[in-house]
Amino acid sequence: MAKLNVNGRTIEVEVEGDTPLLWVLREQLNLTGTKYGCGIAQCGACTVHVDGAATRSCSMPVSAFDENQKIVTIEGLSPDSSHPIQQAWLALDVPQCGFCQPGMIMAAAALVAATPRPTEAQIREEITNICRCGTYNRVIAGIQRATTGPGAAG
Amino acid sequence: MNAITKPRRRAVLGATLGAFTFGFHIPKASAQTAAAAAPTSPEVNAWVVVKPDDTVVIRIARSEMGQGTLTGLAQLVAEELECDWAKVTTEYPTPGQNLARGRVWGNMSTGGSRGIRESHEYVRKGGAAARMMLVQAAANAWRVPAGECTAAASVITHMPTRRTVTYGQVAEAAGRLSAPALAEVPLKASTDWKIAGQPVPRLDTRAKLNGSQVYGMDLKLPGMVNAAIRACPVFGGKVRAVDSTAAERMPGVKRVLRVGDYAVAVVADTWWRAKTALDAVTITWDEGEHATASSASFAEVMRAGLDAPQAAVGNQAGDARAAIAAAPRKVEAIYGVPHQNHACMEVMNATAVWTPERCEVWTPTQNGEAAHAAAAEAAGLPPARCEVHKIHLGGGFGRRGAVHDWVRQVVDLAKQMPGTPVKLLWTREEDMGQGRYHPVTMCKLTAGLDAQGNLSGLHMRISGQSIVAGIFPQNIRDGRDPVVFQGLNNAGGEADIGYGIPNLLIDHAMRNPHVPPGFWRGVNLNQNAIYLECFMDELAHAAGKDPLEFRRALMANYPKHLAVLNAVAARAGWGTPAPDVGGQRVFRGLCQTHGFGSYVAACAEVSVSDAGALKIHRIVAATDPGYAVNPQQITAQVEGSFVYGLSAALYGSCTVKDGRIEQTNFDSYPVMRMDAMPKVEAILMPSGGFWGGVGEPTIAVAAPAVLNAIFAATGKRIRQLPLQDADLRRT
Ligand code: FES
Ligand code: FES
Repeated sequence: MAKLNVNGRTIEVEVEGDTPLLWVLREQLNLTGTKYGCGIAQCGACTVHVDGAATRSCSMPVSAFDENQKIVTIEGLSPDSSHPIQQAWLALDVPQCGFCQPGMIMAAAALVAATPRPTEAQIREEITNICRCGTYNRVIAGIQRATTGPGAAG
Repeated sequence: MNAITKPRRRAVLGATLGAFTFGFHIPKASAQTAAAAAPTSPEVNAWVVVKPDDTVVIRIARSEMGQGTLTGLAQLVAEELECDWAKVTTEYPTPGQNLARGRVWGNMSTGGSRGIRESHEYVRKGGAAARMMLVQAAANAWRVPAGECTAAASVITHMPTRRTVTYGQVAEAAGRLSAPALAEVPLKASTDWKIAGQPVPRLDTRAKLNGSQVYGMDLKLPGMVNAAIRACPVFGGKVRAVDSTAAERMPGVKRVLRVGDYAVAVVADTWWRAKTALDAVTITWDEGEHATASSASFAEVMRAGLDAPQAAVGNQAGDARAAIAAAPRKVEAIYGVPHQNHACMEVMNATAVWTPERCEVWTPTQNGEAAHAAAAEAAGLPPARCEVHKIHLGGGFGRRGAVHDWVRQVVDLAKQMPGTPVKLLWTREEDMGQGRYHPVTMCKLTAGLDAQGNLSGLHMRISGQSIVAGIFPQNIRDGRDPVVFQGLNNAGGEADIGYGIPNLLIDHAMRNPHVPPGFWRGVNLNQNAIYLECFMDELAHAAGKDPLEFRRALMANYPKHLAVLNAVAARAGWGTPAPDVGGQRVFRGLCQTHGFGSYVAACAEVSVSDAGALKIHRIVAATDPGYAVNPQQITAQVEGSFVYGLSAALYGSCTVKDGRIEQTNFDSYPVMRMDAMPKVEAILMPSGGFWGGVGEPTIAVAAPAVLNAIFAATGKRIRQLPLQDADLRRT
């Protein structure tokens, strides 16, 4: 039994304590926006926010969490895709297949929350998520648009 | 709890995708009824449905895997349909429907950058025919000649009286009319396009921003169970014995099953439990005859092929061997490109339900029809009793097109649990070790230069793996794989050499390892462009000539190849020094090729530190695809293709030891991340008159441009990829 705070709600789930948070989100809570890509903290497809920090949920057992930590998934980032990162992504058509994008967006959102006006070098260093379709340059442009353009986050 | 488990439907509806109009997790059409599901509104024709509220549903037969074909094909239909683009949605017809209707949607295969270039004509005719029927229906209602009516933005106007009616109001009547003969359906000139040719936003972006896009991995059916699988790591090996005692006692486990004679799966209530239990199963393998194979042993075989007397000829002019023998200067080099895994972000997966009467499969596939055929065969049922529901792909890159091994597996599992929906999801490790790999090849290039440094003869001997031999062996004629010479063919095709070389011989000694090959984005154009374009650079330096000038001298009869090469040279500033970056000198390399119908060229700018650290700063890439349907999506494809091509050049290598692939995940098979990503400037120069693809061609120019720039920077020729194995320090 685990007690979690996910997207603003406290919930209890019946699951083995060593189950990775990713699979609790996907299988017990039906929050399938968070993706499985590697399972070993390499790709970032499973990125969620834990108390605002980008966290690779595939490599954290659910037993490491309690209801005091605020977990936010892509489904809870904004009620209507209005987060500046989501809006910038829409304006620039960032996603290709889109599979990596929930993790990419969560990583970007955490970055701009911590660093409201990241330089290009900071973006390149901080966002280590893998995108096999190759959207990296539009991701960089999207973060810059979200932080310096109209409707900027910072 | 409810707010979490029942995702907001608004988000789903906000997406303009019609293919899966089901809710978040439960398909509208459940497993039992999906195949019988009828369109909600009557169609005008196979391509177009117009609803009473004027919503236009355009049917898309090809698969969307990120390349934007869904939007591009919809633009082409909408262009001729003269509909309101703001009201366009799309849906996938199923392979079962295509079969039942005599392949009315044509080929569903989505590979070889063919989505648009091979179906542009009939999809446009589909849109035009639907428009003619809608106009005729309005004219009939008004009792006027159709010729007095015009259509624009989903509104039909009777010009003499200025009466108007919308498509939605006449769609039902239009659907009852007989279709015009396609030969009599005229198409617009591209110069008159209003929707096609425009950089319109993709139709499928919104659902990809909030987690609501459903991928195969996310599918959930009522009563569904989850499977994790492990196949024999040595290709061709079999299961000898299974001890599942411990696994069967683990929580949630339902069954431990064999799949064919080569794999074991655990079925559980959740996938994580299935995967955990699979780790507790002890499998003894019969590894078979390839248990000791290695990359090193196969390299020996390929090396011998470089000088073998027998080889299939791909392109020939004059007498290359004699010209080289007679030349005052001879240049020779051997190159090699290793196996690569596609490494789609979404690992292989499918869901199936089997009963003795019917089999249905839900899967991300690049070829619905091939998935359907594989499902029917595995199900032991006639195709008419099977159905495949295509789901957006989390990447394809060729892995999800020609072979549907994972579909056969899931149907095999579902067959052992009749009536229960089974979802099979591979681990990343399974995906890495059970791939269909980019073929491994080597190439020996031998050339003669005359006294003036002109190229008098070239022999290019490719040795190594044939994709076609592995996947479509029936297409091998006299030992010749017709696809292996991509980019090296004689003029007149879709992948031609761009040089006039008086004495030329390009041949292939086929040598196939036991590692199964696959069509890997860019296919054989990738290594062929590396071989030819790096060697061209070597020849230019051997002749003491500028690499651009050396090429130009051979390209007089290849104006389209030359135009893209000139374009990148001009944009990059070839001939003038590149500005330093961070105190490092920057060097350039260039190359060109022709593949998938498009002409492409690239110029790379790199620096190499004293410690040998490579930095790729900028890529200028030109594409002439004939026609450009959506320029901003083409730019996205070009940018992405450099990530794919440079990932392979920098890091990509699947090596074999003890018969199995050594790499297991992104830690041992690194791919390009943002820190290594160069700026990409895409030049789009459609010259008209032909239709080329854009998803793949520029991958092939990524590596040679960078390798040639590395030579300019260091004086080192890197002839074996990946680059991470090379010492780039200046000597
Ligand atoms: S799935 Fe967690 S980092 Fe890849
Ligand atoms: S958009 Fe396809 S993996 Fe990133």
